[in-house]
Amino acid sequence: MRVVRYWSVSHAGAMQRVYRALDRLFIRIDPLLRVVGYQRLEAPFAAVERVLKGWFFDCRMCGHCVLQSTGMSCPMNCPKQLRNGPCGGVRADGTCELDPGMRCVWVEAVRGAARLPGGERIEVIQVPLDHRLAGQSAWLAELRQRAAA
Amino acid sequence: MRFDDEPITPGDPLPILPGHHSAGRFERLLRAGVFAITAELSPPDSANAEDVYARARIFDGYVDGINATDGSGANCHMSSAGVCALLTRVGYAPVMQISCRDRNRIAIQGDVLGAAAMGVNNLLCLTGDGVAVGDHPAAKPVFDLDAIALLGIVRTMREQARFASGRVLTTPPQVFLGSAANPFAPPFDFQVARLAKKARAGAEFVQTQYCFDVPLLERFMRQARDEGLAERLFILVGIGPLASARAAEWMRSHVPGVHIPDAVVDRLRRARGKGAAKAEGKRICIDILERVREIPGVCGVHFMAYRQEEAVAEIIDRSRALDGRIPWYPGRDARFAPASDSPTELQQEAWA
Ligand code: SF4
Repeated sequence: MRVVRYWSVSHAGAMQRVYRALDRLFIRIDPLLRVVGYQRLEAPFAAVERVLKGWFFDCRMCGHCVLQSTGMSCPMNCPKQLRNGPCGGVRADGTCELDPGMRCVWVEAVRGAARLPGGERIEVIQVPLDHRLAGQSAWLAELRQRAAA
Repeated sequence: MRFDDEPITPGDPLPILPGHHSAGRFERLLRAGVFAITAELSPPDSANAEDVYARARIFDGYVDGINATDGSGANCHMSSAGVCALLTRVGYAPVMQISCRDRNRIAIQGDVLGAAAMGVNNLLCLTGDGVAVGDHPAAKPVFDLDAIALLGIVRTMREQARFASGRVLTTPPQVFLGSAANPFAPPFDFQVARLAKKARAGAEFVQTQYCFDVPLLERFMRQARDEGLAERLFILVGIGPLASARAAEWMRSHVPGVHIPDAVVDRLRRARGKGAAKAEGKRICIDILERVREIPGVCGVHFMAYRQEEAVAEIIDRSRALDGRIPWYPGRDARFAPASDSPTELQQEAWA
């Protein structure tokens, strides 16, 4: 829902804190997760992620979450799915070139990033999306990586 | 300007100078600090090569590069690769536009190799307009990459001789890399950060969206200079004549990303009488050209004169943007062919 999505961006800082708390929790229980097996956790994690992030961010389950670098505005809601910044067509009132009823996700991203510690990460160049990851849990992938490090 | 290492056959590449990326005239001019002019060629809806040449000839002697658009406005026309293939045959310096809208990374990288092999020296990496605004709104939008990711991929191809997959190229594409910028659309404060991203991703030149609002451009350029981007990038400002107040109104409400201040539309509206609006449109364009030229960091202008291509020469003449220089075009040097071994005065002037 757009209203919720806009709300999440307005509260980007709080969103990030929740995110981090969850992150810490999962890292702490990593040994347990290992016992269960990351492979087996994929489906339930993805299901929870789809619901929660779907509600707050209109997440599209691209599988490679960049919310922390986009002020908590999900770039996959951009009709062009741009992950590196806005296109040149943003309307004067900040709405989308292709959908005048929607605020450009990148105008939102800039707004959210200003409220986020580490908001400068909006300047990081994102690599092209790996489309094989679609539908997979980005959380789990990230946890796995972090726990392994 | 004439280079002393001009190839004998016009389609042949110039030698690549140290520190340069391409074998093209366009990069050479910019690096030499010459105020450069490019223009957009509107691609034909036909399979006739002569249609392309006729449209290119309009700019003969006035522009240093011709942009071949890639389905701009999401409308179908002859492909940019096709237009470029024709233009390079006779030696023109096309800027090949590549949009991410219609092709994925496999198709685009293939096109980059093909284009470089045909003698295309300049690529302009664009995101592209959404299909909804064009003549095939039912088409599937691809957007596998965005302009910044595309820049990165082409730079990897050029500098590391590899595809994005890592597979090795035997001959890398020697291309001068460009992208677009829009100083006239929100989020304003992010536009310079976006430009910086593009520079980091590999852009060496940018062509901006239409400029009708010089103060906005000045602000953008100031920020760009503060960020050190004016030294890293050659910035060409997009300009073009408006035909009438109605055309201006239509453009600002239908063409994505175009911002035309009310003052400009009013100026056109006040012009009464046959041809008065058109003349005023040209005058506005000349004014803007003269003003942007004074802004530090602006390296040239890029004409987008859809359906008014003939006006470009007049605007350039009247604004003296070329300072008497005659850009290369097929047959330029033959036209001034020396009767004796030493160049004539006319020739010297043209080559200066
Ligand atoms: S205006 Fe914003 S949301 Fe719309 S296509 Fe462009 S970048 Fe995406």
